[in-house]
Amino acid sequence: MPPNFWRSLPVVSKSAARRNPVLARRSFLGLGAALTGTFALDAARAETAEISPPADAPWSQSLGAGVVDRPYGTPAETEAGVIRRNVPWLTAGTESSISFSPLQDLNGIITPNGLFFERYHAGRPDVDPEQHRLMIHGLVERPLVLTMKDILRFPSVSRIHFIECPANGGMEWRAAQLNSLQFTHGMVSCAEWTGVKLSTLLEEVGLKKEAKWVMVEGADGAHMNRSLPLEKCLDDCLIVYAQNGEALRPEQGYPLRLVVPGWEGNVSVKWLRRIKVGDQPWFSREETSKYTDLMADGTSRGFTWLIDAKSVITFPCPEKPLSGPGLYEIRGLAWTGNGKVKAVHVSTDGGINWQVAQLHEPILSKALTRFSIPWRWDGKPALLESRVIDETGYVQPTIVDLRKQRGTNSVYHNNSIQTWQVKPDGSVFDVQIG
Amino acid sequence: MFRSDSHRSVVSSAAKLLALTAACGVIVCASPVAAAEPGHFGYGTVATPEQIAGWDIDVRGGDGAGLPAGTGSVSKGESVFADQCAACHGTFGEGEGRFPKLAGGKGTLKDDRPELTVGSYWPFAPTLFDYINRAMPMPTPHTLSADDVYALTAYILNLNDIVPGDFVADKDSLPKVKMPNHDSFLWKDPRPDTAARPCMSNCANPADIKITSTAESRNLTPRTTGPLDTMQPK
Repeated sequence: MPPNFWRSLPVVSKSAARRNPVLARRSFLGLGAALTGTFALDAARAETAEISPPADAPWSQSLGAGVVDRPYGTPAETEAGVIRRNVPWLTAGTESSISFSPLQDLNGIITPNGLFFERYHAGRPDVDPEQHRLMIHGLVERPLVLTMKDILRFPSVSRIHFIECPANGGMEWRAAQLNSLQFTHGMVSCAEWTGVKLSTLLEEVGLKKEAKWVMVEGADGAHMNRSLPLEKCLDDCLIVYAQNGEALRPEQGYPLRLVVPGWEGNVSVKWLRRIKVGDQPWFSREETSKYTDLMADGTSRGFTWLIDAKSVITFPCPEKPLSGPGLYEIRGLAWTGNGKVKAVHVSTDGGINWQVAQLHEPILSKALTRFSIPWRWDGKPALLESRVIDETGYVQPTIVDLRKQRGTNSVYHNNSIQTWQVKPDGSVFDVQIG
Repeated sequence: MFRSDSHRSVVSSAAKLLALTAACGVIVCASPVAAAEPGHFGYGTVATPEQIAGWDIDVRGGDGAGLPAGTGSVSKGESVFADQCAACHGTFGEGEGRFPKLAGGKGTLKDDRPELTVGSYWPFAPTLFDYINRAMPMPTPHTLSADDVYALTAYILNLNDIVPGDFVADKDSLPKVKMPNHDSFLWKDPRPDTAARPCMSNCANPADIKITSTAESRNLTPRTTGPLDTMQPK
């Protein structure tokens, strides 16, 4: 019997389509995919009143697809619009560019692998894991070349950590520009990473006593490289081959990448092929002409690795407006490179008054943390903000505070409080207040 | 009763002993240095000098360590640049379209729209060799000879008036080139540079809360439903 024998019977599929306008409209949805998420559901609801209770829905009166119909699972067709997206006008091409995770449609602290934000410097390489090698050399006793099989033999650990591009929010330094949660905050994602502690590998090669810095380098065309202080490498860095339980996606560095917890995403080099131990930093292009912060006085800060505490309300947001006055749950995400989130406060009046939001377990070090707070919206204009405090006591600043310190040209490390303007019709806009 | 208690206490001692043993095991395994004789696991192969030489491409910005043998002049760089680089970076490094501008921008770092180029921003000359060598030309990275990379480095430095027209780049000359913006970098993170306090009520005068900017109607945001947007450069 063919896999979809019952479904393929003309009488079954025809009657299912007749009784189910959603199924009949599937080809339209699949082609255009113009309606997604809430909108698709609303449209479906309007058109399918005849299958609402007390009627029985067609999918309740027919046989569904069998196992291995989709041997590797895919999201429902109606979720086709929940995808990574880019800002086409931002970069010369897509090979050295970024894409943003659709935070407005995600729930929980784990980013699905297909929706993890992307950052490439020379496109996504297709690396053959059989041929891939990791070389560790420099100021070491015993330089090594490791295959993927070798790496898989080392003692393994799993850790949940966010990775954020320090340019997340970089387009908002001067003013509110992008009316979207996805485009203002979507360069942060979070996954469970499995691999080997970098310290294990450095012990295996044996560090010479002059060792102070480590250079990490990718196998992509950019041969992306960064310097890291040895102390951080021995603390919590991971060389990982798995993401959320499966092999890394090519977009995230398959077959091997570095994860530097809590530090700017650029140092978590993907497609990792080389680790060199030295006694000084390298001052590579990516840590001098890029990923340095230009201040208003013309000086620049380098080696600003830490991701400072940041939070954002993910509902409501420009993509997910309110549908009339009533009780809502304001939801959001908070994170800090300094460890754990200690508290999140939420304001609905532009920061005049704040309330303590509920934090949701698990609250993990250097991982996204969920928060929520109930809110009865009276239908009047509102200015929604969230503010995180991390375990060091550091309080997320306003954009006005950050500009006072750094001006508007620094591109990177904008961890300011986001303000969402709610209008009486429930629509939501990215604004800045002062 | 007595016997039963005694039995329990034996069990509990045994459990404690087991727990202790287990804890010791954990300590031994998790201890960062306890097992750490190089080659403890013995996986992989020792890297040969030939293997290392093939991949050991890094050049340090600060002192030029790692610069290879070879040499390149400004004039040779001009012709290599025309062949390999000008399509994206423009004949004189002015940048085509949204590709990076390599020259100019001197004195703009405090401006409203600063121009960050090799001349106006890059702190170390050897980094230029390193980057061209490892990542350029974009469609065929790491395919140029060391001589060509030296020549391109010399040409781009000359475009920025940092070296004269008769400059020849090599492993001795490049580390001596002082970049104009070299001294403007602080290589120690001064953050936290804000010290907000978590005020909870009446933190601002409502009259002072004004919207200073909005993304509404700016027409910069690609759509976030349906197919990917192809919004053109603005």
